[in-house]
Amino acid sequence: MLEIKGLGHRYADGHRALTGIDLGVERGELVCLVGPSGCGKSTLLRCVAGLLRPTEGTVTLDGNTVDRVPDGLAVVFQDYTRSLFPWLTVRDNVALVLRRRGLGRRERRAAAEEALAAVGLADAVRKYPWQLSGGMQQRAAIARALAYRPSLLLMDEPFGSVDAQTREDLEDLLLTVRGGEGGMTILLVTHDIDESVYVGDRVVVLTGAPGTVHTELRVDLPAPRDQIATREHPAFVALRAEVGRAVRRP
Amino acid sequence: MVADRARRVLLGGAGVLLVLGVMEAASRTGVVDAASVPPATEILSGAVEMAADGEFGGHLGATVAAWLSGVLLAVVLAVPAGLLLGSVPVLDRAALIVVELLRPIPSVALIPLAILVFVEPGRVERSLVCYACLWPILLNTLYGLREVEPVAKETLRSFGFGPLGVLLRVSLPSAAPLVLTGVRIALAVGLVVAVSAELRAGGESGLGIYLLATQSGGGRPDLMLAGALWAGVLGLLANGLLVAAERRIFRWRAVR
Ligand SMILES: Nc1ncnc2c1ncn2[C@@H]1O[C@H](COP(=O)(O)OP(=O)(O)OP(=O)(O)O)[C@@H](O)[C@H]1O
Ligand SMILES: [Mg+2]
Repeated sequence: MLEIKGLGHRYADGHRALTGIDLGVERGELVCLVGPSGCGKSTLLRCVAGLLRPTEGTVTLDGNTVDRVPDGLAVVFQDYTRSLFPWLTVRDNVALVLRRRGLGRRERRAAAEEALAAVGLADAVRKYPWQLSGGMQQRAAIARALAYRPSLLLMDEPFGSVDAQTREDLEDLLLTVRGGEGGMTILLVTHDIDESVYVGDRVVVLTGAPGTVHTELRVDLPAPRDQIATREHPAFVALRAEVGRAVRRP
Repeated sequence: MVADRARRVLLGGAGVLLVLGVMEAASRTGVVDAASVPPATEILSGAVEMAADGEFGGHLGATVAAWLSGVLLAVVLAVPAGLLLGSVPVLDRAALIVVELLRPIPSVALIPLAILVFVEPGRVERSLVCYACLWPILLNTLYGLREVEPVAKETLRSFGFGPLGVLLRVSLPSAAPLVLTGVRIALAVGLVVAVSAELRAGGESGLGIYLLATQSGGGRPDLMLAGALWAGVLGLLANGLLVAAERRIFRWRAVR
């Protein structure tokens, strides 16, 4: 579905953020990107989103070159605080993007409230983003992307600011929604190696300056995944160690 | 909060009383000529008297109408122009330079030109008010658009919204507080220009016309100053209303 070929990007200031990235993602696949800070993960996502035109190589989606934002895309930005609109309530932040989904006003609100309830923000729908804690804001941004029911979902460290318990809940929520009809394809950036193995079908390890693909690991773990059982599975433990070694030893 | 506010009101009131007291004392003791600057109490009673006087009301109404319609016209012209110029980077830079060049020209310096062009005093007044108000609104719209959070724009773009959608749903609301500040500046400038235009261009009615009339036949300085006082009250009122509106509508901005 998604084909990244020879992708490289050099920013206007001359900084080379990515080089020679080759990566294919199948429809319905959940691929985790891990790698050290500054290795170009966000840059890669922005190229895939059509927000940034790469200076080298191509991104194709269903055979079409991505030269603008593709249809059916949703992004959870790393900078979730700035990504929420402070003049809209949390519910309206979600409802606004659903306009592109051709829903009526009432349906938009209902869908927004449902998505917010799913991330545990049922009581906060009428609040403004700046009235929420960092973790709550992050969940609002996730709810907005999920409510959109994208066919391609890009998430840039979406669970970085929530507590461990909520993080596990959100991981499981993500696994549930991707299983639904429609088959969501997901690219997820994370710093958490355990998380990448737990939610991913595949883990892609990037190394930095400029960013390149270091290792790709297929995650063959029994489904459905379970926070306790999966994490003690010998295959999980082995994979986690392998990803950890790849991240540490460039 | 409440105590804070009460304190502010009290301090403000005390300040006004002090100024009035000094004015009163200065006139009564003859430090200033009471014939040209009457005591504060006389000015105030003049102001109250005028409020009840229908003729003065008509003059005041005429000024308010010209003032507000000029400002409104400026808003209708400058905000869309700002949005247009501000969203095209090349135009944005060029526009800022042009605006910065034109802005320092005092609008009152254009009164003679406006009289030549528009002839009819009402039109002269409105067009001058509009001209003077264009700049602060346009400038603030341009600056407001520059401050829009790029991530917020990218977010809406990533959800499939086009440039117009992003402009109206992110850039405009984001720049709105600065635009409104521009309108507030424009209101203050506009009132000055409206009264100045009346003083210079003449016409049937208006605060400026009334002030001119108080000069004739020996002059009534108490009424003249009372008229000026009412102009101040108008400006204060408009500013207060907009500040209250800003606080209410843009609560999100104060918190950030
Ligand atoms: N707009 C820009 N102009 C110039 N250089 C940039 C720009 N954005 C990012 N970079 C540089 O590109 C490199 C990759 O940045 P990127 O944000 O993609 O990293 P990242 O992997 O997402 O890091 P993190 O995990 O800290 O979020 C960094 O060295 C960064 O300094
Ligand atoms: Mg990043």
